[in-house]
Amino acid sequence: MADASLYTITRASKIKSVASLEPRWVRFLLTLSALLFLVFFLLIPLIAVFYQALKAGFGPYFGALKDPDAWAAIRLTLFTAAIAVTANLIFGVFAAWAISKFEFFGKNFLITLIDLPFAVSPVISGMIFVLLFGLQGLLGPYLAEHDIQIIFAVPGIVLATLFVTFPFVARELIPLMQAQGSEEEEAAIVLGAGGLRTFFRITLPNIKWGLIYGVILCNARAMGEFGAVSVVSGHIRGLTNTIPLHVEILYNDSNIVGAFAVASILAFLALVTLVIKTAVEGQVRGEISDRAKKGALS
Amino acid sequence: MSIEVLRIFKKFGDFTALQDVNLQVKRGELVALIGPSGSGKTTLLRIIAGLDVPDSGVILIDDEDTTYRRVRERRVGFVFQHYALFRHMTVFDNIAFGLQVMPRNLRPSKEEIRQKVFSLLKMVQLEGLAPRYPSQLSGGQRQRIALARALAVEPSVLLLDEPFGALDAKVRKELRRWLRRLHDEMHITSLFVTHDQEEALEVADRVVIMHQGRVEQAGTPEEVYDDPANPFVYDFLGNVNLFRGRIHGGRAKIGDFEVEVPEHAKADGAPAVGYARPHDMDITRKNGAADSIQAVITNIVAIGPVVRIDLQRYDNGERLEVELTKENYRDMRLVQGDSVYVRPRHLKVFVAEGK
Repeated sequence: MADASLYTITRASKIKSVASLEPRWVRFLLTLSALLFLVFFLLIPLIAVFYQALKAGFGPYFGALKDPDAWAAIRLTLFTAAIAVTANLIFGVFAAWAISKFEFFGKNFLITLIDLPFAVSPVISGMIFVLLFGLQGLLGPYLAEHDIQIIFAVPGIVLATLFVTFPFVARELIPLMQAQGSEEEEAAIVLGAGGLRTFFRITLPNIKWGLIYGVILCNARAMGEFGAVSVVSGHIRGLTNTIPLHVEILYNDSNIVGAFAVASILAFLALVTLVIKTAVEGQVRGEISDRAKKGALS
Repeated sequence: MSIEVLRIFKKFGDFTALQDVNLQVKRGELVALIGPSGSGKTTLLRIIAGLDVPDSGVILIDDEDTTYRRVRERRVGFVFQHYALFRHMTVFDNIAFGLQVMPRNLRPSKEEIRQKVFSLLKMVQLEGLAPRYPSQLSGGQRQRIALARALAVEPSVLLLDEPFGALDAKVRKELRRWLRRLHDEMHITSLFVTHDQEEALEVADRVVIMHQGRVEQAGTPEEVYDDPANPFVYDFLGNVNLFRGRIHGGRAKIGDFEVEVPEHAKADGAPAVGYARPHDMDITRKNGAADSIQAVITNIVAIGPVVRIDLQRYDNGERLEVELTKENYRDMRLVQGDSVYVRPRHLKVFVAEGK
């Protein structure tokens, strides 16, 4: 998904010259309708979030954020995201490395598996874990016997988040590493470098922007995930509520200022993600087109 | 250091890349490995480097069995077809890489590495380019940096995969002469892969011709060009004219034309194909010998010292190609549409297989 949008952007910039053949008023109309759409569906809601959060002034706003339950939700979200991003970073690099540099049996199956979380509704993802680890679930009796709680506890939230954010890093790296091939790694090995050194000195520098891009997307999703986490969390205030879940609870309590104040944190995080993403996107395109240029020469 | 390849077999799935390949590169030799694409030459090169493992067979480098030795311990220099320069490193760091990754006890000091890199840059005549990145270099410059990088670790043998494949014709010619001179100075045992027979014949001490995973012939450029072992080699090494006929009693009868072929005496009645190079053909206005072939001139290309004349035979409509010197061509005053007699001066006859 992420890489698809990236390619669309690259391609769009190439066909600009064709688009400019349209009459001026057509171009104006198209641009205007696109902008209006964005203003109505993205900008106004975003402003509304901050407006609602600050409606009663800064005092209640910070008051809502200082609430112990809100704090707990923020801490849990950061904790979960830290684990999910780290785990998927490591997994993503391994998977992309294996898929792009080697031929092995079951490779296509692995690629399909990586995509699975994109295809499955997050609620279903959560259900899977309940069915596996819940009291009535497959492993439920065993877990209960050993006093291990996964569902309605932090481990369940981490697992659900891991599952949902599973594809981001790998999907970003696979096309990049496939495009780059393995000639440079081979050159390094022939020159006497070992496997680890080849990875850190040749492979990693070549994929670093794609990797950062994947991590940013992965992090955004990890912090914002609602559906899957909602199913496994149990909504225990101060214990198993992440930011999105806490927002829902506050909203259902008719605590509008509180809900929007906490929501504004997520909105702010989204804006930061967007800025970093835009900055990194250009670099990723550089990594890809660099290789494309090289390919065109041959 | 010498390279010896013994009975190498390699399959990729159902595709047989190498079948019983034997090859020798003597110490200090520059050998070309040529063949059409898919003939297994690059696979063989990669196996010698250790980037691929053979199904069976032995690789000896300097009489030592290195078949299963790890790539980094083989001390081979490898120049990749698309150079494979490290994109995120400067030219300096590219060349220094092999020295920097040496084990601590063998690694030269920083100053020694610097001196080594600059002496290599001087050797490839690109002294000013140390701080540049590969993307800022031309194809020919990248090629030479890739060579300098491979030579930095003082490899025992140098392997080059289509070293001039990605360059335009003019740079290609310059670089291959330069490579030959460099080899004459350094005498490093080298094996290079190419699909360009002209390049191989011009640069190499010896040429090995591969086809469908087998070695068809090995020898000096003169040997393989003047005395090809089989029709494939004949065809691959230059333009040819084909004459189809049959063998009778130790003579190949090709139309009205007959040659002694004592080597094929046993193949009585077998179909035969005679091969003649365009420059081994005579053209006459009058039918001097009874065994000449009558043909009409369809095209004349008179650029350069050699004039190429395309003809079509009257008897079977097949096309022929003859090369004359410019003087000869002027003396005969040939023009398109002339009817002439053609006679091969040398005819190499092979018994056609399976027909």
